[in-house]
Amino acid sequence: MSILVTEETKVICQGITGKSGLFHSQKCREYAQECRPGADVFVGGVTPGKGGSDVDGFPVFNSVREAKEKTGANTSMVFVPPPFCADAILEAVDAEMDLVIAITEGIPVVDMIKVCDAMQGSKTRLVGPNCPGVITPGVAKIGIMPGYIHSPGSVGIISKSGTLTYEAAWQLGRVGLGQSTAVGIGGDPIAGTNYIDLLEMFQNDPQTEAILVIGEIGGSAEQEAADYIKSNVTKPVAGFIAGQTAPPGKRMGHAGAIISGGGGTAAEKMSALRAAGVVVSDSPAGMGDAMKEAIG
Amino acid sequence: MKIHEYQAKSLLKKAGVAVPEGIVCRTADEVAAAYDTLGGAIAVVKSQIHAGGRGKGRFKEEPEQAGVVLVRSAQEARENAERMLGNTLVTIQTGEEGKQVNTLFVEQGLNIARELYLGIVVDREVGGPVLIMSSEGGMEIEEVAHNSPEKILTEPFDLNAGLFPYQARKLAYALGFDKTAVRSAEKFLPKLCQFFVDLDCSMTEINPLVLTDEGQLLALDAKVSFDDNALFRHKDIVELRDLSEEDPSEVQAGDAGLSYVNLDGNIGCLVNGAGLAMSTMDLIKLHGGEPANFLDVGGGANVDQVSEAFRIILSDDNVKAILVNIFGGIMRCDVIVEALLEAYEKVGITVPLVVRLEGTNVEKAREMLDGCGRDIITAADLTDAAEKVVSSLSA
Repeated sequence: MSILVTEETKVICQGITGKSGLFHSQKCREYAQECRPGADVFVGGVTPGKGGSDVDGFPVFNSVREAKEKTGANTSMVFVPPPFCADAILEAVDAEMDLVIAITEGIPVVDMIKVCDAMQGSKTRLVGPNCPGVITPGVAKIGIMPGYIHSPGSVGIISKSGTLTYEAAWQLGRVGLGQSTAVGIGGDPIAGTNYIDLLEMFQNDPQTEAILVIGEIGGSAEQEAADYIKSNVTKPVAGFIAGQTAPPGKRMGHAGAIISGGGGTAAEKMSALRAAGVVVSDSPAGMGDAMKEAIG
Repeated sequence: MKIHEYQAKSLLKKAGVAVPEGIVCRTADEVAAAYDTLGGAIAVVKSQIHAGGRGKGRFKEEPEQAGVVLVRSAQEARENAERMLGNTLVTIQTGEEGKQVNTLFVEQGLNIARELYLGIVVDREVGGPVLIMSSEGGMEIEEVAHNSPEKILTEPFDLNAGLFPYQARKLAYALGFDKTAVRSAEKFLPKLCQFFVDLDCSMTEINPLVLTDEGQLLALDAKVSFDDNALFRHKDIVELRDLSEEDPSEVQAGDAGLSYVNLDGNIGCLVNGAGLAMSTMDLIKLHGGEPANFLDVGGGANVDQVSEAFRIILSDDNVKAILVNIFGGIMRCDVIVEALLEAYEKVGITVPLVVRLEGTNVEKAREMLDGCGRDIITAADLTDAAEKVVSSLSA
């Protein structure tokens, strides 16, 4: 087993007629077919006004609901540009998709608050926005991560950062560890899925034997994750926090990566995780070793 | 994006939020005339720079002159303005280099009964906007939060419904307002919350918020910043941007679609991805070095953008070595090497360069590096890269 992305996952891409949407749909389709020849994972896309057309073998639909009815998709990967992205996410929620993975970077915070408010009580899980996506190695990837750096295994990864996740997967590979599922939750202040949601899923997933948590400065999600780990997670956990040297008041790339009002520092997060029994690496070069140490 | 106090107050006024009468001035003559126009016995002359701490700040060229002064005549207004305009104001937030003052804002004096604090931000844990108030006006809210957290009142409000009058009353009673002041709060606070939402603010801070002798709330200061991601729908706000308040390299990087933050160290960093870029800074520090910048070239940068990144790093005279750390995903390692070699040609790299590459097309990139004939130091992993770049400084 794995979490979020399984052999049952069937995906459509919202924004498939855009450059990035098409490119990554193609890459995701290739990956799924390499992993499981003959598997039909990426089944189409949605661009309002372009329904009925076809791009590189992907049928295009006008609405998510129509795409779901005609293809049986249960998941949407969203590449819609920022001004229209909140609307696209809510359309997928309205169509009752199980999972929506929003890759788009640059959605206004106000839009995301509206999305999260509107999603209260819905059956859809949103991952992202501003995230690399989700990969279950050997099964499927939904997002922009290179498939080949991930190998199937027993470590669940939860991360706010894309390339740092690639680095982590590479380091895990060097110490002989693969991943059950790697999830990018994104670097925005308001996100659909947080550490705690995923810690719970990984704790309950039989394939996952250990968890790697990668965080960064800003907010207090890592501290809340630490509290959760302390009382609910029995599997070994390792961690790393980026931004130990970041100056206060400066936004470090991600909209959410900012130390404000003296809160959200790396030091606070690291000590909270350590107090919860997590093996935290001081160096980004030590994520693989920290995971190995945590497993024992 | 940040704006000046006078710009913020003009926007607030438009939104129906009470602010003191004020006049924007760019010459000493205008300041003297503004005093007369306002017509009161007392006026306040305020330096317009983005940094806070202006009242306690002093000018480099005029060490006795404060950044915000009370004046009692047109002549006094003029004399102060002459000592302020064109000079460099140093405050706790500007750093030693200070900021040149080109604009003054002259405001009417008020009969102040109480000074309070007010801030609105998006609270990530609540998942929405929160109104923060405190009886400790004029103090840094961080300090109040640390020393006397019980003095801080918070009131989350719904983005669509706004702040209800009962919420405003709740805060007003908790702050000990009298009947007139409570009525003023019922009007003032919801309007300010609506302003925050309508303009896609990332922060609205009124410190101090004043209660006049007449029982009216007014925004005596205003610090407003906006969500950069929402600027596409606020063209009028984009026009308020003052580039002279920003770091020129950061502006240049922003124009090229790069994310760059200038720091004090001497090791330049070029990295793809925000998390990896922050980690690379941490790694340098951990190995005894000091990063000169944060630079994320993004996921899909082309050769031109990466060349621009090298140009920006090299334009910082403090940079004595460069570390390139790329984990190629969408970004191909060979694109980075192509840009790097182009930078040698066009920009001229004279400091030691350490390159660590992994990921998409890494073999091709390594071959290009091996055959290029340049003096480039390659590294096998993160630790190796950090050790090599730090030791290159003493070599």
